[in-house]
Amino acid sequence: MTRRSHRRRGMVRSYTATGGRAIPSRATLDEATLLKADPKLPMAGLNAQSHRVMDLCRAGVLSVAEVAAHLQMPGAVTKVIVSALVDSGHLVAVAPFVPAAQKHDREFLKKVLRGLQSI
Amino acid sequence: MDSKASDRYVPAAARSVKILVLGPFAVGKTTYVRSVSEIRPMRTEERMTRAGELIDDLGDLREKTTTTVAMDFGRLTLAGDIVLYLFGAPGQPRFRGMVRSLMEGALGGLVLADTRRLDQSFEAIDLLEDARLPYTVAINTFDGAPAYGDAELRDALTLDPGTPLVLLDARDRASSVQGLVTLVSHILARPDLEPV
Ligand SMILES: Nc1nc2c(ncn2[C@@H]2O[C@H](COP(=O)(O)OP(=O)(O)OP(=O)(O)O)[C@@H](O)[C@H]2O)c(=O)[nH]1
Ligand SMILES: [Mg+2]
Repeated sequence: MTRRSHRRRGMVRSYTATGGRAIPSRATLDEATLLKADPKLPMAGLNAQSHRVMDLCRAGVLSVAEVAAHLQMPGAVTKVIVSALVDSGHLVAVAPFVPAAQKHDREFLKKVLRGLQSI
Repeated sequence: MDSKASDRYVPAAARSVKILVLGPFAVGKTTYVRSVSEIRPMRTEERMTRAGELIDDLGDLREKTTTTVAMDFGRLTLAGDIVLYLFGAPGQPRFRGMVRSLMEGALGGLVLADTRRLDQSFEAIDLLEDARLPYTVAINTFDGAPAYGDAELRDALTLDPGTPLVLLDARDRASSVQGLVTLVSHILARPDLEPV
């Protein structure tokens, strides 16, 4: 195993700012994306797997990874079903937070830090 | 560790963050996730092509050229409606494609290392640097493994002076959480984050 000799000092990731928005595409569905069900939309017409996802999500908020684990479905299958439900408005997807170079992001990270320190 | 229905869900107003736990075979990733997680760690099954690329298309899933890999994850709800998800990423080079995809949307990575085989953590460090994700290296202290000083360890790992290095015991919750505190402090020190 080789370790690269050159160092990448001071380089920072160019973050995308999708946080907090609904993201109606499975290309951007993350394992840590949170899913919130819209209880007003009818379940009629949904296939069995979508039904199971909605039954689970209507009772509370969970991540994509948790939906996959609870329903014992592969991650990729879960993402396909979930993204269709996001497109139809049955689910709202909230992507995990990644910091951009903004003040409120710094505030959010400080909240994460304080939360960890108080454990 | 409770499985009551009321404990299954996260707060309705929650925002999530994702942190990866990386490192070679049997370095303590699953142990670490289990120590920190408030829920019994869960697994998802992912499928990859033989070339190690993650499959995210139903059509490809039916092909015979795929292999499966289990990925374990845990959850930690913090004050202020923040939910932290920890993903233990497999360390074998053949899972590189999957780890790369897992790194998207992550806050950063915690690289576990064992002093008896420090070089085996280079793979994880290189992946994180390629993705330009902030990371912290944590020596998981195994009984009987040699102890070295900070300078020796940094030298062996060829760490930048700015990259944090901590010692922890993945079996211990408080010790494991300290690794996350160090990582998030490091992320907060990023020069391009505007001071408030
Ligand atoms: N002494 C000691 N043993 C540990 C520690 N952390 C993990 N172990 C043991 O080391 C073994 C491997 O730990 P795992 O948590 O399964 O390691 P892993 O990185 O998830 O392994 P893979 O998923 O197979 O790559 C288990 O038998 C653990 O009980 C530690 O801090 N100290
Ligand atoms: Mg493991």
